[in-house]
Amino acid sequence: MAQAPAVVQPRKVPSAWSRTCASLGFWAFQYRRTWRGTVVSSILTPVLFLAAMGIGLGTLVDEGGRLGDEYLLFLAPGLLAATAMQTATFESMYPVMGAIKWVRTYHAMLATPLGVGNILGGHLLWVAFRVTTTAAIYLVVIALFGAAPSLLALLALPAATLCGMAFAAPIFAFAAGYDSPAGFAALERFVIVPMFLFSGTFFPVSQLPEALQWVAYATPLWHGVDLCRGLVQGTQELADALMHVGYLSLWVGGGVVAANYFFRRRLEATG
Amino acid sequence: MSTAESGRQLSVPLASVEAVATDSADPPLVHARGLTKRFGEFTAVDGIDVDVARGEAFGFLGPNGAGKSSTMRMIGCVSPPTEGTLRILGRDPRTEGPAIRARLGVVPQQDTLDTELSVRENLLIYGRYFGMSRAAVRDKTDELLEFVQLSDRAKDKVEPLSGGMKRRLTIARSLINDPEMLLLDEPTTGLDPQARHSLWDRLFRLKQRGVTLVLTTHYMDEAEQLCDRLVVMDKGRFAAEGSPRELIATYSTREVLELRFGADADNKVYADKLEGLVDRIEVLPDRLLLYTDDGDGSAAAVYDRGLRPVSTLVRRSTLEDVFLRLTGRTLVD
Repeated sequence: MAQAPAVVQPRKVPSAWSRTCASLGFWAFQYRRTWRGTVVSSILTPVLFLAAMGIGLGTLVDEGGRLGDEYLLFLAPGLLAATAMQTATFESMYPVMGAIKWVRTYHAMLATPLGVGNILGGHLLWVAFRVTTTAAIYLVVIALFGAAPSLLALLALPAATLCGMAFAAPIFAFAAGYDSPAGFAALERFVIVPMFLFSGTFFPVSQLPEALQWVAYATPLWHGVDLCRGLVQGTQELADALMHVGYLSLWVGGGVVAANYFFRRRLEATG
Repeated sequence: MSTAESGRQLSVPLASVEAVATDSADPPLVHARGLTKRFGEFTAVDGIDVDVARGEAFGFLGPNGAGKSSTMRMIGCVSPPTEGTLRILGRDPRTEGPAIRARLGVVPQQDTLDTELSVRENLLIYGRYFGMSRAAVRDKTDELLEFVQLSDRAKDKVEPLSGGMKRRLTIARSLINDPEMLLLDEPTTGLDPQARHSLWDRLFRLKQRGVTLVLTTHYMDEAEQLCDRLVVMDKGRFAAEGSPRELIATYSTREVLELRFGADADNKVYADKLEGLVDRIEVLPDRLLLYTDDGDGSAAAVYDRGLRPVSTLVRRSTLEDVFLRLTGRTLVD
């Protein structure tokens, strides 16, 4: 029979930052199971979209000549921002609910030195990593299609990450505050897809009826799209950029505050 | 309850346990006064006082909904108290949660294992939360898996493991940081008898090594097996406190005579006919419990009164009887 382990060893408490990194480390460790598939789709998706819509459809649009620019150049940065949104949304819905309700990953973490703040922070950092890597691949594909004429395009990467996090943080709050996955389908159907279609990704918002234009301007995606487009095309004005960054940061900040509230309510109150 | 302090017994020498660097010599590992937890209007824990000394095996015994888990979650520094004083390892959970949890081991009621990862990977991930190096976790993992008899499953996924194996893995995981106190919330609920005994054996070994155990259970046999001292909890309060033996001596008799008069019998009527025969009679839907120091003698007296029960059984008093006496209800319903 094995001996019971001896009770020794003094404890050090890991710093707040290393506790957050331990939470991040879990998601990275888990990603080892699925990373191949995500890399393949991260490359394939932009290639297919840019080929079909940017070049195929784009040739028709360009013949109309009303955009004043090549459609591919217009579309590519919009898709970059939209992809950041979709990646962030995907990574923030079921994984968060699962970690609370099904796998109970967060509960396991809470029994260790990790606190709610570390758990939330580490997971958000992980989503930021996923959004950034996906957007980076997208950006490389855009460049290969010859649709990134300016060096400013490099700044579109952090811009896409910011755009993604403007969705991730509020959706974290939603996933923690809402007890049933049914809400995700509604979120996808009534928020994400309409935004994807009407926030300036595929055509200028000025094509919309005026009332709807203001709705589009209020969406975080429009700000992400406009910012990425300006940077990739090299036409971004500083004042506009600051406005976009500020607005998206508000969504990130508000989302983090809300997520923190709902995480505490769910994790500290109930078993 | 006044029996509390005298009921404490330290069954193991504490020399193997490293002294905690705190101000006083050796404060209780759990110290609560007026500890209260409310969820809105509902009071889950209603102003309890409790101290758990180093090396003790302490239990919260009570039915579902008694407030045991809420208490455990406050002790585990996960759920902040609504009111009252709470010190864990001499520290304040409100401000020093991470430092306290670094020295606790927790076996939650519901498994929180990652079933898609292997046995070994589960321990690796968990050790990293405590800031342990990969090498340190690896060494510790071998030792712990041997301790819970899972060495041969180290590389297997967790998902197909039996319930008992998962629980043993959860226990191994909770020991990764060499905790000073192990918190076990319903450790054997849902396990078959063999798995339960195997788990008790592991916990008993830990206790012998000086690990402080705090557990909740609604199984009286579990409480009797593992606890030096326990509280009987009901509706968020302590109904009684003491060692299992003391509680039985205080609130029950040495023996219990169980009488059954058949399925259709009106047990209340029989209880009246047995009036004055013993100290106390409990009427349950299916049987009568006669509390007596001499079961066989009382059984003979029942026959002397001309009663012919379908079956008679003499047994020793258990914590179940204590609970019945204190609350008028059975533990497991």
